[in-house]
Amino acid sequence: MPLSPEKKQQLEATLREFVGKPIGPPYQGRDAVNEPMIRQWCDAMGDTNPAYLDPAAAKESVHGGIVAPPTMLQAWTMHGFEMAKGYDEPTNEEQRLHKILSEHGYTGVVGTNTAQGYTRYLRPGDSVSAEIVIESISEEKATALGIGYFIVTRTSFRDQDGEEVGWMTFRVLKYIPAQQPQAAADAPAGQPAVPGRIRAPKGHDNAWWWDRVDEGTFPIQKCNACGTLHHPPRPMCSACRSQDLGWVEASGRGTLHSFTVIRHPQFPGYDFPIVAALVDLEEGTRIVSNVVECPPEDVHIGMALEGFIHEDEDGFKLPLFRPAA
Amino acid sequence: MNFDDVQVGQELPPLDVPLTAALIVGGALASRDYTPVHHDRGAAQAQGLSDVIMNILTTNGYVGRYVTDWAGPDAIVKELQVKLGAPNMPGDTMKMTGTVTAAEGGDVEVAVIGKNAWGNHVEGTVKLALPEGA
Ligand SMILES: [Zn+2]
Repeated sequence: MPLSPEKKQQLEATLREFVGKPIGPPYQGRDAVNEPMIRQWCDAMGDTNPAYLDPAAAKESVHGGIVAPPTMLQAWTMHGFEMAKGYDEPTNEEQRLHKILSEHGYTGVVGTNTAQGYTRYLRPGDSVSAEIVIESISEEKATALGIGYFIVTRTSFRDQDGEEVGWMTFRVLKYIPAQQPQAAADAPAGQPAVPGRIRAPKGHDNAWWWDRVDEGTFPIQKCNACGTLHHPPRPMCSACRSQDLGWVEASGRGTLHSFTVIRHPQFPGYDFPIVAALVDLEEGTRIVSNVVECPPEDVHIGMALEGFIHEDEDGFKLPLFRPAA
Repeated sequence: MNFDDVQVGQELPPLDVPLTAALIVGGALASRDYTPVHHDRGAAQAQGLSDVIMNILTTNGYVGRYVTDWAGPDAIVKELQVKLGAPNMPGDTMKMTGTVTAAEGGDVEVAVIGKNAWGNHVEGTVKLALPEGA
């Protein structure tokens, strides 16, 4: 439920108070940099770099001795086991910020980007502390997950002498979920639920069209009064305003009017690159679809196409086009 | 790897990472990240996921390892940037590929993609320094 303009203004004023401030005092990592934790990390990452594991080889390397994997930087200051319990009451300003947003309906949180810089490699015996500052909070943004705020934190990692050994920026989206999470629990154990193509919303004016496609036909809406063809289907004829609308079956023959090749961003459920096409049907209307079974470099405007009803693995059917035989 | 042997456009050997529960849970605990969605399948399902998901520190670890596997023990990693996408879950495979996008004065930049059955789990850039000369 979107907030009223007044409530939103109040919320955004509250949010602005967090920007530029540390979330609390620097957090001292519990254990100094040590070889057992490095080895455990390398096991999980499948990392066999001798600079992390083999004292003799590390001594010969540019590092002159065992070093910790640089990407392990943040691990030295993680809070460990207590994280499993969660935090009912905020223990720092970042948690307080998240709680305020959750209470306003922005309950979702997802990490979107991170960057780390390594001023120097850490060695066994170094002790690391982390100071986190809330660097920025965006304007409210509309995203695929829902509307929300991007929060960027910046962490300075320092050693026992107070010298910076590295930094990290971390961007999360705190959002109002656009829809309830899908119950993915019915996926077979040990197999990720791979999403399929996004389904077209079926409304009063177009559900019949998808129902015909499900039956394996390729329908085009036709005005019963004046004969005009329409696509996509609509509630009233654009030529004569009649609401007496029927349909004819398309032959599937058409020519490519225009196209674009979509390479990025890559959404799950689709095979990239996608040739998104405008196809002129021989009956005399035009449809947006995809050209498949043809390398993108061979697709050209004016090429003869043949439509067919494609069925995804999850049973979803839709008309696609391939080069005419 | 010596800087003199690196060219822009060069591709790194691909790496397939089979994603097991042991790897995902092991990576979370090795990074001291006990957030429940990274080790507790029930907690993950309560959030609409089908299984536990890889934590970001493990993703960073794999991106770093993928590049240093190629670059060798004398590389010095300076910076890592990642953009996160489709979650990594047990049963899937993360296919890692990389391309050298810049090489100047001993400094090299590598673009890394880790792709799973859903799409790109991670798109990253790693900046590192390589030894020069013989
Ligand atoms: Zn009409």
